[in-house]
Amino acid sequence: MTNKVLNTTELPFCPGCGHHLIAKNTAKAIEELNYNILDIIFVTDIGCHGIIDKTLNTHTVHGLHGRSVALGAGISMGLHNNQKKKVIVFLGDGGATIGLQHILEAARLNVDMTVIVHNNFLYGMTGGQLSGLTPKGFNTIISLNGNPFEPHDIIKLVNSAGANYCSRILGIGDFSATIKKALSTKGFSLIEVMEICPSYGVKYNPKKKLQEIVESAGFKLVEYTNNREPFSFSHYETVTNLFDKVKTIIPTTYNTTLNEQIQIVLSGSAGEGIQSAASILCRAAMLQGYNVTQKGTYPVTVGVGFSNAEVNISPYEIFYHGLYHPKYLIVTSIDGLEFSKNTIKNLPESSTLLIDDSLELPETKAKVIKISARKKGEKNAILVGLIYFSKLFNVVSIENLLKILKEDVKTFEKLPVDDVIKEIEKIKE
Amino acid sequence: METKQIKLIDDSRVIIEALARAGADVYIGYPITPANLLYFYASQRFKYMLPAPDEISTMQYMSGMALTGHLPVTATSFPGLALMVESINMAYMMELPMVIVLSQRLGPATGTATGGAQGDILLLNGIISGGHPLPVFCPADILDCWILSAKALEFAYNCRTPVVILTSKERTMTSRSFDISTLPEIKPIEKKFTINPNKEYLPYEYTENLVPPFLPITQNTHQVRITASTHDQKGIIQHTSPEAMQNTIRLEKKIRTHIKNFVYFEHKKNNSNILVISYGISANAAQEAMRISNNKFDLLIVKTLLPVVNEIYEIIDNYTTIIVAEDNINAQYAKILFGDRLLPKVKTVGAIGKMLSPDDILKTLNNDK
Ligand code: SF4
Repeated sequence: MTNKVLNTTELPFCPGCGHHLIAKNTAKAIEELNYNILDIIFVTDIGCHGIIDKTLNTHTVHGLHGRSVALGAGISMGLHNNQKKKVIVFLGDGGATIGLQHILEAARLNVDMTVIVHNNFLYGMTGGQLSGLTPKGFNTIISLNGNPFEPHDIIKLVNSAGANYCSRILGIGDFSATIKKALSTKGFSLIEVMEICPSYGVKYNPKKKLQEIVESAGFKLVEYTNNREPFSFSHYETVTNLFDKVKTIIPTTYNTTLNEQIQIVLSGSAGEGIQSAASILCRAAMLQGYNVTQKGTYPVTVGVGFSNAEVNISPYEIFYHGLYHPKYLIVTSIDGLEFSKNTIKNLPESSTLLIDDSLELPETKAKVIKISARKKGEKNAILVGLIYFSKLFNVVSIENLLKILKEDVKTFEKLPVDDVIKEIEKIKE
Repeated sequence: METKQIKLIDDSRVIIEALARAGADVYIGYPITPANLLYFYASQRFKYMLPAPDEISTMQYMSGMALTGHLPVTATSFPGLALMVESINMAYMMELPMVIVLSQRLGPATGTATGGAQGDILLLNGIISGGHPLPVFCPADILDCWILSAKALEFAYNCRTPVVILTSKERTMTSRSFDISTLPEIKPIEKKFTINPNKEYLPYEYTENLVPPFLPITQNTHQVRITASTHDQKGIIQHTSPEAMQNTIRLEKKIRTHIKNFVYFEHKKNNSNILVISYGISANAAQEAMRISNNKFDLLIVKTLLPVVNEIYEIIDNYTTIIVAEDNINAQYAKILFGDRLLPKVKTVGAIGKMLSPDDILKTLNNDK
């Protein structure tokens, strides 16, 4: 196997293009560091520099415009800190502008890789347009009177994001020593090489020297380091079976009273335990061997506004779980009432509405039962509703409901179960 | 006999567990409703889990990990998918295995994050530039989530391609009782990276099965060249050379050939001449409509959704009336099956802002009689 990085001396760039020197210096640095050529993975962006691929003896990966640093970061992550390997990303100032966030992220995560930004102040491949790294005043095909904007200082940016090494250099002569420093860094390193595109840069900025452009833009040739731990997958504590995280419900042999699928809707306020109550109801029903589904509806802000849950209980397999002819509707707050207004209006006579006694009675054909729920505390209201539902209709036995409540509700002792049951007995009479 | 293990679980949990058991080993995630449960479960289950800053980074990290021989997964919804499109094309062109779980929500744009819908099928059907097919599997129940997730990963691995598992808010965020002891065993994919040692390795050289043998860039014996641009078998960029065009055509043929071994549907026959076609969450409404109506129609639940497989048309051809039921207002899958100008025998029923109900389907059925 060869130990040469480049398979030719004829590089595919315009005569005088700064890309030649970057390729040659990078090759020299790799060879002097004695890497196995196939331990190097070159990731190239879109742009003239990206055509380098075919001249490389290393692994090569050529992706999308601006995304090469993220792609290279993914590769580096997949190498799991194998010290023999190195990911090198080539991209232009255009690609760096498009993918600025990817660069900052890779620096923040301190992913082990070396990024070489070919900053020739313009997008070369597309005809010489300005980028976010173009110096103010530099002429391009779309800014013939000079770039009106200040450029990013990519070196300051990656340094503050936490890169372990970064440096800005002029792409003149032998700068392989700087590249060697970057390659020898464990963690994220970036070099911004300032260079000239003879085809478009010189055309619109005749007679301007590279050094002069860099200096007048205020770009300093600097080098910064940090000393942070390189990226590794932080070890989350993982489980080997997600199902183990959910309790198994073993059905007991209570008499089951249902012969068809029924739906119970719980309508209340966010933060008042509506979804947990729905889950309690489901598991209590499962103790009786029923099939259940539980669906929640709530606004994106889970801590305010309505919270609605639709529970289906059936002796058979449940196919459809959406809002569908609810048989029971338990409303515990004004938010819930507002949300379920239409549903309540359309309830048939065969349905039952259990509604907190503090709420104004809505128009409905359903049988109405007033429940004293909120008086037992906002957080208890829906649980009280469930006790009413269980005692009055026995779809889910009170024993099963209390069993799950005890397991689930930390403040169960504070729930005035006996008082509620007494109240219900009174209603029954 | 296995003892029953009945649990209150949602599809998100089942999909993640199935993918992990099948051999997926990386999850790159970011928060988006209604895919947050998938992300949460993955954070508990995947050895390599990384929160990405955005959707494009997600796909790029996944692609990078795939290049090193990993099998990555992510989950998203339309807004995320929209941002991933170019990167999905990249992975498709590079031929990288990965699974994207798409939990649909109500659009357009950010729409209603916590509202269900089936509105992204047309987008998925044309998501690869050039019209190449992207495989899409669509589970309609928990058993499907289990089996199809494993199959989706297997397809991704076998065919070196991104694969989509299409679901929706109403399935990923709804819990149901289920006896997990009924789930069949999932065998993990045995990753094999073997090539002919006596020949030069060309990363895009292929044989009859149209899938070039994959070598991860972690090895240092054979040079690997990977590119998203039009390329020859060596992986070198080409304009439109005959070899490169053959390669691009092969990408299309590869999926269409291999999908034939991954055909999943359920055909419930009641001797009717009416066929209701549905998928995912709306298939549940169709199943209930069938029960309520005492089996008044036949039902086809499509699970290998895209590309459409021949078996679906063979079934369709036997019916005089077709009703396509889906949770959108523009008959998206019906249009994929039959074109914009639907045949007179094709009726459609849809919904917006609510789940398509059994009543909606029965009404369409009765109007037709
Ligand atoms: S167009 Fe400019 S950047 Fe591109 S190769 Fe030619 S000189 Fe270099």
